Amino acid sequence: MGHSETSAVPAATALKSTPRTGLVRELLARSPGTVVGAVLLGLHVVLALLGPTLARYPYAEFHMMHALEPPSRQFWGGTDQFGRDQWSRVMWGARGTLTLAAVSTVLGVGLGVLVGMVGGYYRGLLDEILGRGVDALMALPALPLAMLLLTTVGANPVYVALGIAVVFMPRSARVLRGVALRLAASEFIDAARVRGERGSYIIFREMLPNAWAPITVELTIRFAYAILLATSLGFLGLGAQPPAPDWGLMINEALPFLSQAPWLAILPAAAISTAVVGANLLGDGLREALALRHASELP
Amino acid sequence: MTDAVLTLHELRVTYRTLRGPVHAVRGVSLAIPPARIFGLVGESGSGKSTVAQAVMGALRGRARVEGEVRYRGANLLGQSERELRRLWGRRLAMVFQDPTSTLNPVLTVGEQLVEVLREHEALSTRHAEERGRALFAAVRLPHPGDIARRYPHQLSGGQQQRVAIAIALACDPDVLVLDEPTTGLDVTTEARILDLVESLRQRSRAAILYISHNLGVIHRLCDEVAVMYAGEVVEQGPARPLFALPRHPYTLALLECLPRVEAPPAGRLLPAIEGSLPDPAGATDRCLFAPRCGMATERCRGEHPGWIETAPRHRSRCFYADAVPPPAGRVGGPVASVILPLSRPLLEIDGVRHHYRGGGGMLGWGGRPVRALDGVSLAVPVGQTLAVVGESGSGKTTLARAVVGLLRPTAGRIRLDGATLPPRPGTWRRAVRRRLQIVFQNPDLTLNPRRTILEAVARPLELFGLTDRRRRRADARRVLEAVGLGERYLDLFPSQISGGQRQRVAIARAFACQPDVVVCDEPTSALDVSVQATVLNLLAGLQAREHSSYLFISHDLSVVRHIADRVAVLYLGRVCEIGRTEDVFAPPYHPYTEALLDAAPSLSAGPVAPAPSLEGPAPDPAAPPSGCPFHPRCPRKVGPICEVEAPALAVAGQGHAIACHIPPDELRRLQARDH
Repeated sequence: MGHSETSAVPAATALKSTPRTGLVRELLARSPGTVVGAVLLGLHVVLALLGPTLARYPYAEFHMMHALEPPSRQFWGGTDQFGRDQWSRVMWGARGTLTLAAVSTVLGVGLGVLVGMVGGYYRGLLDEILGRGVDALMALPALPLAMLLLTTVGANPVYVALGIAVVFMPRSARVLRGVALRLAASEFIDAARVRGERGSYIIFREMLPNAWAPITVELTIRFAYAILLATSLGFLGLGAQPPAPDWGLMINEALPFLSQAPWLAILPAAAISTAVVGANLLGDGLREALALRHASELP
Repeated sequence: MTDAVLTLHELRVTYRTLRGPVHAVRGVSLAIPPARIFGLVGESGSGKSTVAQAVMGALRGRARVEGEVRYRGANLLGQSERELRRLWGRRLAMVFQDPTSTLNPVLTVGEQLVEVLREHEALSTRHAEERGRALFAAVRLPHPGDIARRYPHQLSGGQQQRVAIAIALACDPDVLVLDEPTTGLDVTTEARILDLVESLRQRSRAAILYISHNLGVIHRLCDEVAVMYAGEVVEQGPARPLFALPRHPYTLALLECLPRVEAPPAGRLLPAIEGSLPDPAGATDRCLFAPRCGMATERCRGEHPGWIETAPRHRSRCFYADAVPPPAGRVGGPVASVILPLSRPLLEIDGVRHHYRGGGGMLGWGGRPVRALDGVSLAVPVGQTLAVVGESGSGKTTLARAVVGLLRPTAGRIRLDGATLPPRPGTWRRAVRRRLQIVFQNPDLTLNPRRTILEAVARPLELFGLTDRRRRRADARRVLEAVGLGERYLDLFPSQISGGQRQRVAIARAFACQPDVVVCDEPTSALDVSVQATVLNLLAGLQAREHSSYLFISHDLSVVRHIADRVAVLYLGRVCEIGRTEDVFAPPYHPYTEALLDAAPSLSAGPVAPAPSLEGPAPDPAAPPSGCPFHPRCPRKVGPICEVEAPALAVAGQGHAIACHIPPDELRRLQARDH
């Protein structure tokens, strides 16, 4: 009785603001870092959408007369050994890099949600088998595992996305298994089982809607890692191939000219770091806000 | 009173929220002399726990606290934090509802007590340990030296609460505040804790403020009582006259909506309190209870009633205090129910066992087998209610889950309408699923928080083909109306309605597919008494209309007495007594039933009925005793036979059986002698 009394006040205010808008407001007030993250990530999304339209030059247009020039009014980002404008190339590259990261994140987290939810709901032998598989994948460090996969199947953006997804799956699966375990113990899930609902209905219709909060956090945080992983693979030559304006590949290509033309490496590196930092700040902020909400819901 | 140790004068607590000030406590005054127990009773939202927090000084910076909290004349509200810390724990002590959150899980309970003694009393470790052992003995913990070396999780809930009380008593306080200390404990454990509090009052001579929602507990323990409603004390006075002749309609309603363990049921309707608590931010220029009061007049709706002295030291906030009728027992009319003869059993449970491996070990291997159910046979006739009573660990919830197919029993058969259900619930046909439904205990978890009420009640209709896309909404509305909720609830989410309403939606969901058997697993134990009455009435009404059979699981004997046609008493997974309700609640009793009945806090028995407390530790289903499982705690144990041989059910009357080595006639004689 005591606990319901103390929660009477928050419950009354919760009535006025729906869960969603309340979350956003809480976020803005509590952590400015989250807002910075959202703005950074937002800029990158704009870049990915409009970059090719706004870029002054096509990404593969040579200006041999202006090779290795520092930033100027004509070439904002300076030029590489072929006289390609680095600024335009970074703008062109945003779409590819961010799409690759987004696709692999959705794929990896999606797989993880599936594996985690199924294991957490059914328990028993199936859970044991899935759990050991997840452990085995998790034992290998992310980058070498992705490299191993890509050197076997060959470098190709589709394979890069799949490789990153495989690396991400176990981490998300663990998080979601915990969520599923907690949800599966709820009485509304028992009620569904008493009705004789199928497992797929219970997992996707009853449990999944209650797991959106952790899934959202998982997506933002994994997205940051995905950018890092995708560009690292590009840097190692395992992703996009020249002349594609991949940020990782661009840094690799800039290496021989690091002393004479540092801008070639700085520009794509700055693009990568702002995207990663942005996604990370946003993810951390979301996680914190959701943890707070969760704590306030408990008696 | 001048000799009072703790005095509250016009205590007010106001929270500032986005919607304006919320008056959680609106002027509470009371005085407690030494060795007296003052009871503060009210439902959720009445502000009783807020009073405790204000007294403790726990609301600093979180709410505006006005008025006075005087300890021996000094106003605590004006004191510095340091000053308060010096007083709390030494002169004033507090015991909370949940001992698991009070005790530190990484220290043994002995260390925690010694720490308090060393901190406040400046005792040496050796002296502190000695005092600690004495304190543990004083709160009647068995083997104090042994208990002291254990961690909180190694103790039962009742033992943890005793430790918490021992820590509170460590420095021999003058004031003890107990906030729902027995809520969540079994009745027999509760009875022993209440005995303990009663004896401490004499020994320590502390002034005790006892906060509870349970009128029976308050009645049994307290000298003086204040009844709170919506942050306000509506009636205050000496306990005995207040309960015998309440002078406020709310107190009367609270007393009447309580099912009673001792009264024979006169019809199936409890007088419920309609409506809900007023908005805490709302207007205060009227009687706060008026919207729910049958006696309310225009005056009540236009003017806030002040105190009216109805007898010396007995006062009420009701303009018509002297017109409040005495509690008349049942005033609700009986439901026109078709009484079917005890005939065709609809649901039969035949020798059901459920053993599972206890915790520990990889992949669930190892660990001792827990015998949750050890051969239970029961039958529920058409249109009747069989109640299953027992403490935690008795296996009653396991039984409920086995019946609806949430777990697969190790052995035994469940028959529905004569047809044996397949042992694997996964293979039950849809038609069987439709006929067996369940209502759960926890109103917070019973509905999916992400789905609307419409989706919740329409889903079983869709699943069993009882509706189509066009009629879905209308059908859902019809189902919801059967539980007294209107169309406006359809599009709300569970978080937007109250616990009682959620439980009603859960009942609507269970009844949507017109089931034959509804298992009710403690459906009202998490609800306030006034809401409980509504839900019990609803269940009785639905049964009368739909002729459904109930398997009603409960630990609350008074609820069982009110609702059940037949009762089975479960102890450690075995039936120890079964029979018609009136037979089970009358001698001869099984000794365990007798102990349960004695322990149940009751309103009619004189205060402080000395309960023959159950001896020995709480039952552990992982290590059931040999022979009769009840023998280690049994006050009527006859001899070695009890330890060796499990008694069979002996017929004690028509349809009444008791599993005891003492013959029923002998039991009757013994029990007549003792009462």
